[in-house]
Formats: sequence, structure tokens, C-alpha cells
Amino acid sequence: MDSLLGRYRNLSILVGILFLQVLGLAVQVKRGSSEDTRLIRIWAVGAVTPFERGLVWIQTGSSNLWRNYFYLRGVRAENRQLKQQIAAMRIQDVRLSEDASQARRLQALLEFKEQFISKTVAAQVIGSSGSDLSRVVYIDKGEDAGIKRDMAVITAEGIVGKVLTVYPSVSQVLLLNDQSSGVGALLEKSRLQGVLRGTPNGEVVLERVMADEQVQPGETVLTSGGDQIFPKGLPVGRVTKVGTGRDLFLNIQVKPSANLSQLEEVLVVVEKQEQQPVAEDNVRIRAADILAQRLPSVPDKPADPTAAAGTSSAQTPVKTGTTHSVPSNGVTVESGADNGSQIKPPAQPKPPKTSSTPLNQQPVNQQPAGDEARPN
Amino acid sequence: MPITYTSGEQVEVYRFSIPVTIGVPLLALFIQAFIPLRFPGFAAYFDLPLLVTIFFAMARRNPISGLFTGALIGLVQDMLGHNKIGLYGIAKTVVGYGASSLGVKLDVETAGARFLVTLAFYLIHSAVYFTVAHELVSMTQQWSWRYGILAGLGNALLGVLIYYGLDRFKQRT
Repeated sequence: MDSLLGRYRNLSILVGILFLQVLGLAVQVKRGSSEDTRLIRIWAVGAVTPFERGLVWIQTGSSNLWRNYFYLRGVRAENRQLKQQIAAMRIQDVRLSEDASQARRLQALLEFKEQFISKTVAAQVIGSSGSDLSRVVYIDKGEDAGIKRDMAVITAEGIVGKVLTVYPSVSQVLLLNDQSSGVGALLEKSRLQGVLRGTPNGEVVLERVMADEQVQPGETVLTSGGDQIFPKGLPVGRVTKVGTGRDLFLNIQVKPSANLSQLEEVLVVVEKQEQQPVAEDNVRIRAADILAQRLPSVPDKPADPTAAAGTSSAQTPVKTGTTHSVPSNGVTVESGADNGSQIKPPAQPKPPKTSSTPLNQQPVNQQPAGDEARPN
Repeated sequence: MPITYTSGEQVEVYRFSIPVTIGVPLLALFIQAFIPLRFPGFAAYFDLPLLVTIFFAMARRNPISGLFTGALIGLVQDMLGHNKIGLYGIAKTVVGYGASSLGVKLDVETAGARFLVTLAFYLIHSAVYFTVAHELVSMTQQWSWRYGILAGLGNALLGVLIYYGLDRFKQRT
């Protein structure tokens, strides 16, 4: 027996090592939880991530140096362009806030509860698993920053994945396109619900949508909130291809909104709030006010009572309810300003207590309901 | 054909310093984990820890040392992912043992021999991983000969270049 083992010593050791690893695999499969291997995973992560963190730090530092000191050409033009963009977006915001407040009123009527993201932690992606068979990334925030398992990870573009394992200073994030990932999702227009899963080759598919439903490529996919990880309504991606799947379900391929292959910074949702929306009827901002802020306003006059009275009466607008259309942004604006024909003569001045009120400082809540800015 | 049959006495056996023995596999694991952040397709086609396993196994020409090197590198690679620990461990143990056993019998110092050996062991590694993942862990896997051969050729080419760099660290016993 000894001579046999001596003769096949190398092979015996190979079989022994393989047997031990198979046994270890079998134990992991039987227990199912990854917590048993947490300790040895910490060693490996601890050995590799400091280097990754250092390299990312150097890389970020050098690119910041380039951006902040050397690459300033065109910044002024860009700033001007961005200011114009902000002005346009503020006007658009009026329309959206009207829609939102209407939705909140309706939700309040229905006693509808929804989840809000109340706190996020920004993190930097510092590494990956290095294998296409395990689509995970490491971020530079861990238990110390309040990260916990199963927290949602998002970017401005859309969802990224969820926190799988948390270590003291780093966390492992399971990406949306890993085959073991699953996200509750719904189609924006048709409101059909399904489960979003990754495939072995890194694609993302929406499962559990019946084959007799109509789904069009290009439709937006949002989170449904059904998985209790991602709040409802976050962008997930767009439908790229719809085919016949198995078991009477459609095979819907989805292109994620977030660029999962080139992630740099992400946000971890560390706190969510579930609350009933409150209808806010008292806060109204009219498009006219926003436009008025962009116009040059009349400076305040000195405190001469006579002049002040005259100015006051001259500048106090009389509402006519005239509607002006602003074709450039598509917003119909109710103008509160008046023309000269409505100004009272100086012989009948208003009391001095009526102060001069520039257009952009007029109270916005005293308008009748019909005076609000309305979308086209 | 550059692969020639030689006796055990004719082939040269090398050893490596401790910093190289520990540092090179760690560096390979680090690069393998970092590069996909900038070049997403890298992890799909290249396996630097496998190339390092093959290099050390072929240079040392000791099956025991080869299988332990493969097992350790594979297990650390497993720990960086989220799958069960042991999948890469088993595959790289087989590769480490095979490459060092081959190194004992054949002269694998030339570029052509290294290219062919790396290509063959890449396919063996993929096959062992696929079998273990599919049969023991019930992971859904897709086997593609086209992808396997393409990735194998890529790894073999990269391997030949890396082996030339790593040859500098060899020390004669």
C-alpha cells in the first residue's frame, strides 16, 4: 500500500486536493448562504482592494488636476450655455411641478403610500471580480459608511444593482446583468409587470410578461418596487428586442440605462421613507414669475412720500387676465403686468403704505385659480 | 515542431524568490480585477491568473508545487467573485498539475510550445470550470467552441508575451 502511494504520490495529492475542494463546494451548496465564507473572502478582498483604491485615487487625482487647472478652455462659453439651459429648464419645471402637485393631490385622495429616497451615500467603483462569470463590482464604502446588505445602488441614469456583501471599508455590488440578480420591473406605458434578470452572457431580460401582451421596442422600463429593494419608478432601461420566450412568456431584451460596463461613481440608497404624499396647494410658482426674474426690474425709489405715492400708483399693476403665449418654450403665461391705459392719474394717489412692488416680487398666492400658468 | 520529448534530467528546473512567488500572482489578480473597469471586454477574454499558474507550473516542473500554486490562485480568484468558492480552485488545480507534469516531459521554453500549451490548458480550464459549475453548483452556463477557441488564442498570445517578461525572475536551482 505504501509503495503504491509512493509510486502515485503526485496523483494521490491531486485527488486529495480536488476532493477537499469538491467537499467544500458541496457544503456551500447545501448551506446556501454566503455568510459561511465571509471570513476568507475578507482576506482576499483585503489583499487586493488597497491597491485598487490607491490606483483609483491616483487616477482621479491626476484627472482632476487636468480638469481643474489645464482644461479651462471653453469654460466661459459652456457656462453661458448652461445658464441658458437652466433658464429653459426652470420654465419647464413649472409645467412638471403642476403635474406633480396634481398627482400628489390624487394620491392623497386615494391614501396612496409611496417610497422616497431620503438618504444616499456616494461611492466610487474601485474594482471588479475580474471574471465574466461573476458580475460584481467593489465600491469604496462599507459598514463604516452605513452600507448594509441589499441596499439599492443607482446612478443618475438608472439602477445599477444591489449591495451583496459588506466589508468594513468596501462593499461588493451585484450588477443588474448578473445571472443571479433579479429586479421587479414594469413597462412605463403598458404598466405590465415582470422580473428583470441577467443572462450568462451579460444581457438583461424582462421575464414573466405573458406572450399575448403587446410590448414595443423602445419602451421604457422602470422599477416596480415589488422587490422591496428599489423604490418604485426608477429608470431601468429600454426594451431593445421582443421575442417569443418559453412557457407562454415573452422574451424581452432590455438595454440598461446605466452603463454597467464603465461605472465610476454610484449612489447607495441607505435610507428610504414610506409616506403618504401631501397635496401642497399653497405653493404656486407661475411661469410669469420665472420670466419676470429674467427681465430687468425697476429699482426702488427714494423714500419721498409724494414721489412714492405717484410711483406706487404708477407701478401697481391691475390684473386684466390677458393671456400671452410664449412660443419659444411652449408655456402659456398669464401676465400680471399692465399697460399704461390702466394706470390711475397722479391726482388720485394711493396711500403711501402701498409700497412699490416689482413684478418679480408680487405675491403669487393671491391669484385666482384661472391665473396660473397652464401648459399648452 | 518545437515541442520535443526530453528526459527528466535534460530539462531545466527553476525556482523563484519569495517576493516573486507571492507578488506576481497577486499582481495578476489585481490587474484582472482592475482592468475590466476601464476595458469591459477584458474579463470576458483574458485570464491573467491562469497564465501565471501555467507559467509557474511549467517553470518549476514539480506537479505538487504546480497543483498547490493553481489551487491557491484559483481559490483567491473565487473569493473575489460572488460564486461558490472552489470553482476556479478546482479548474486551476488541474491546470497547475497538468502544466507541471507536461513541463517535466517536454521542453516548453520556446514561443511555439508555450503558445500551444497555453491554448490547450485554457480549453481544459474552461471545460473543467463548465463541468463543475454545471454539475455540482447547477449554474447556468453556455458553452461555445467559437468563443473558447478565440479566447484561448488571445490568452495564448498574451501568455507568450507575459512569459518572456516573467523569464527574468527565474533562478536556476
